[in-house]
Amino acid sequence: MAKIELSFYPGCSSQKGATSSNYLVSAQTMCEELDIQLNEIPDWNCCGASIGYGGGGELPRLTLSARNIALSEEHNAGQEIVATCAACWLSTREAKERLHEDEQMFKDANAALSEAGLKYTGESNVRHMVEVLVEDIGFDGIKAKVKKPLEGIKIAGYIGCQTNRPFGIAGESFENPLYLDKIVESVGADSIPTYEKKVQCCGGALAFSEPEKSQEMIKGIIEAAYDNGADMIVTPCPLCQANVEIYQDNINETYGTKFNMPVVYYSTLLSVAFGRSAADAALNGQVIPAKQLEEITNK
Amino acid sequence: MSDLNTAMIEKYRSSFLKEVEANVEEGEWVKMCMQCGVCSGSCPLGKHWEHPPQEIFMMIRAGKREDVLSSDSMWMCTSCYNCIARCPRGLPITHIMHGLAVYSKRLGLTPQKQPTAEFSQIFWDNLMKKGRVNELKLGLSMYFKDGFGQGIKNAMANQKLGQNMMKAKRMNAMEFFGGHSVKDLSGFQKIIKKAQEIEAGNIKDFK
Repeated sequence: MAKIELSFYPGCSSQKGATSSNYLVSAQTMCEELDIQLNEIPDWNCCGASIGYGGGGELPRLTLSARNIALSEEHNAGQEIVATCAACWLSTREAKERLHEDEQMFKDANAALSEAGLKYTGESNVRHMVEVLVEDIGFDGIKAKVKKPLEGIKIAGYIGCQTNRPFGIAGESFENPLYLDKIVESVGADSIPTYEKKVQCCGGALAFSEPEKSQEMIKGIIEAAYDNGADMIVTPCPLCQANVEIYQDNINETYGTKFNMPVVYYSTLLSVAFGRSAADAALNGQVIPAKQLEEITNK
Repeated sequence: MSDLNTAMIEKYRSSFLKEVEANVEEGEWVKMCMQCGVCSGSCPLGKHWEHPPQEIFMMIRAGKREDVLSSDSMWMCTSCYNCIARCPRGLPITHIMHGLAVYSKRLGLTPQKQPTAEFSQIFWDNLMKKGRVNELKLGLSMYFKDGFGQGIKNAMANQKLGQNMMKAKRMNAMEFFGGHSVKDLSGFQKIIKKAQEIEAGNIKDFK
């Protein structure tokens, strides 16, 4: 397989000591195995995520992403931009589309960027890492790299909101996307295509500002995974991962549940199945350990 | 009441819809709503909206300016994009709700202490300082937004969560001292300042 080179936008939460630093580690491992070279966008900035709108408004928010795209076009010319974070991907792609549709917004964003000598043209494709997996590598391509199949593990594929809407993955439905289940099957685990909470909202940023309302939704996501006999949940989104994993103690306290459900990234599953170590798969980044995956890395 | 609010009332006395079309992100779509209610039924926090999106659209067209702009409904939006994915007429509902929330805030009409409005501003201020979010300071700012005493209480209540995150190396106490940053910070800040000026200017044009 030819080497794939991508202009990589890792995003704030993936940085060292941040909430999804484990996502970055496992994504890098996964990409090494799949011969994907990630060229980080030099000096990238925050995309504003899904909550920055209230402080940033429209143009300043879109300009955040325009700066990243401009930097990518300057330094990683000709390469598609890829993000691992759902909000990073959504914001960047949304900015690109909005600036493309709205000529005034395009001019205004460029007027702002010129303050630091940058220029936005908006020619780069903006993709999510799962698109690269599904479209460029393919399920068979993933399967071909598996050294340690994740046999006997039942995994609920939780895609969440922003990897799925409003853009989603080409050819997949918004209401019942199946690609994550197919990824699960590709690494030899058992999927649950009828997991009914696969695209349920976890509260997103409102997990901070409206914890009770959000935790009620998170409870539903975990409960349905148990009801479907899942051993663990897998997700492509950093905020979904954090929200569904780290509040289980609080939810147990509020609702008298006994949740202890590991929530992992697809990149962790692939890294383990590709035969890499627990550290390379970032299993040490779990708050709720994924013991079955640890056991496979020890084999 | 802010001066800008007074000015906008004068200007758009006859039509709140026109005001929304002129000043709210994607506001020109509001007239396209056909009142089917799919958005309201699809919203994950739907039951917590005083006025769900479908109702907000009708209220805008009925000229219920104060009721809409001083409502905390729009701040219930989690940005899940269900409404956008399902709207039969393709209204970018998520963005309209964000736009209304921002406009209400700009006019000084957002309910005091609305937690998501506060968090949103804290988040923006946080990312503006270094060009990248400092998660540790973001968490602390949220805990301490209602004063020191409440902050300590919040921090104590979430102590175990913090310890779990530190143990997993997904939270770093050293972030308190500086932390991650873009290199060209002054360039970054100049860009965003300029964008803010342009955006503010666009609104004042309608005075």
